[in-house]
Amino acid sequence: MISYIIRRLGGAVIVLLGISIITFVIAFLVPANPARAIVGPHAPEALVLQVDKQLGLDQPLPIRYVNYMNNLVHGNLGMSYVLDQPVTNLIEQRVGATAQLALAAWVLELVIGIPLGIISAVYDRKIIDHIASLLALIGISLPVFFVGLELMYWIGFRLNWLPVGGTGGFNYIILPGLTYAITGAAYYSRLLKASMLDVLSSDYIRTAKAKGASPARVIFGHALRNGIIPALTYGGIDIAALFGGVVVIEDVFGYSGLGQLAVQAISNLDVPVIMGTVLFATAFVVLVNVVVDVLYGIVDPRITYS
Amino acid sequence: MAHMMADSSPTTGLKQRLAHPPTKVRSKFVRVLRAYPLVFVGGLMVLALIFVAVFADKLATFNPNFQFANGLAPDGAPLAPNHTFIMGTDDLGRDVYSRLLFGARVSLEVGVFASLISLFIGTTLGIISGYYGGFVDSVIMRITDIMLAFPFILFVVALVAVLSPSISNIFIAIGVLGWAVTARIVRAEVMKVKEFEYVQAARALGSRQWRILFKIILPNIMAPVIVLTTLAIGNNMLLESTLSYLGIGVQPPTASWGSMLSEGQQVFEYAPWLLYYPGLALMLAVLGFNLLGDGLRELFNPRRVR
Repeated sequence: MISYIIRRLGGAVIVLLGISIITFVIAFLVPANPARAIVGPHAPEALVLQVDKQLGLDQPLPIRYVNYMNNLVHGNLGMSYVLDQPVTNLIEQRVGATAQLALAAWVLELVIGIPLGIISAVYDRKIIDHIASLLALIGISLPVFFVGLELMYWIGFRLNWLPVGGTGGFNYIILPGLTYAITGAAYYSRLLKASMLDVLSSDYIRTAKAKGASPARVIFGHALRNGIIPALTYGGIDIAALFGGVVVIEDVFGYSGLGQLAVQAISNLDVPVIMGTVLFATAFVVLVNVVVDVLYGIVDPRITYS
Repeated sequence: MAHMMADSSPTTGLKQRLAHPPTKVRSKFVRVLRAYPLVFVGGLMVLALIFVAVFADKLATFNPNFQFANGLAPDGAPLAPNHTFIMGTDDLGRDVYSRLLFGARVSLEVGVFASLISLFIGTTLGIISGYYGGFVDSVIMRITDIMLAFPFILFVVALVAVLSPSISNIFIAIGVLGWAVTARIVRAEVMKVKEFEYVQAARALGSRQWRILFKIILPNIMAPVIVLTTLAIGNNMLLESTLSYLGIGVQPPTASWGSMLSEGQQVFEYAPWLLYYPGLALMLAVLGFNLLGDGLRELFNPRRVR
């Protein structure tokens, strides 16, 4: 078990190194000169060169990468070109908001996805199953920002129940979270349906039924309890998608989290912030996946690591 | 849903059968349609989308980019749907219906080309990885892990921003970054197929390697690849709309459903139709591909005999 964890962490380090190289190359492929962007279009050429030197942009790419990684292992992600703050501070200020939003999105996803999945599995191929499946499929087929805008229009603007956008307390998380949940719940409902159908056709369910267990007990006590494991572990894989989805949703709702920071950085060519947010998000995703794999083994003793 | 596809009446069916004994192919076709209504419905929706995209210039009532002087109310507000502008006008006095039709082109173009690029890369890498195994396999799979760990949207947004936004750069970015899932699934399929007797037999008979790979293994893994590609087209259409919504997709004045939604967002309090039409168009288009993909998955599933 320990050796498995060590091996998985080793793999994670390699993945993270690869990600840092790819991000670095993309970030510095930017055709526009960041130094020029900082000093403004009318500043003299000498000033641009000076800023270039200050930022270390006059050095060849591999040396810049080594410098960058050297700073990185010391916990320094550089200074934002535009916001005049260390990138680590910017991430720190916003990570909480994004984490809250992601958590709300995930919970709401389960709240919508699990009942749909149970209904679909219990009424497999009945009309109710078809309706539940179709609803789930429509959810996947909707663009995130369209759902966001409609919720904003109806619940925020017309009914005036919740704030239209912005960052604040609990009320500000519901609409963005719901937006993500509507477009993602289908993944959970489908997984749950498939795994519950597997369980429902197994021998021990027949035994339970033969013993005279009530349908509710069979469905909730046995099928759901065993069938929900794959659906829950999907959450680990889903984290990458969650981050991606949150990027767009934060933009729609003007929610100031990591996603908004990243999108603004991309449009401002604020390279250190782009690098920092992407690296932070991916590192988180990779680590969560390792944790989920390990937890999976603890929860389900049938899995052996070799 | 099956009853919708049933014959109009048993007698006409009988008469037809007496007049023209049905060929085997036709009866099988009808049987498949009846057993897999999803393929039928999804296929029709996809065909409708292709028709609209191909004949956009014939079906459009106006030039999609022309700003009509009579397309705005005296106070400068967009016009609600009426006799001249059947889906109303946008905030610049352009015809929403015509823009919607041309938006279908952009959407389908990006969806199809992006998916073909990632299909090509993913299938090639997956086959190599699955067939040869060993070191090559570990390298390719590590790269796949890296690609999957990225928050995909953020990655695509960054790459398109760097390459400068245009239709071709969008599908290149999506295609080049989006092959990881295909590679994984193809690899798994190849590993399964390569142990089958007919592959072993081909190897024993001394077939050349490319022949085994592309003439024997490739056709046998096509089913999941086709399903995956169908679903990917829908997903990539969503992604294109997201990029255009964020302003780094198709550039104005070219109409894209995503940019129509982002323009509509400015005035949606008093012109909600500017969101409904492109939003619903996107949903229906993506739903068509999702239904078709799900239907094909069932159709190809050998375990499900009907």
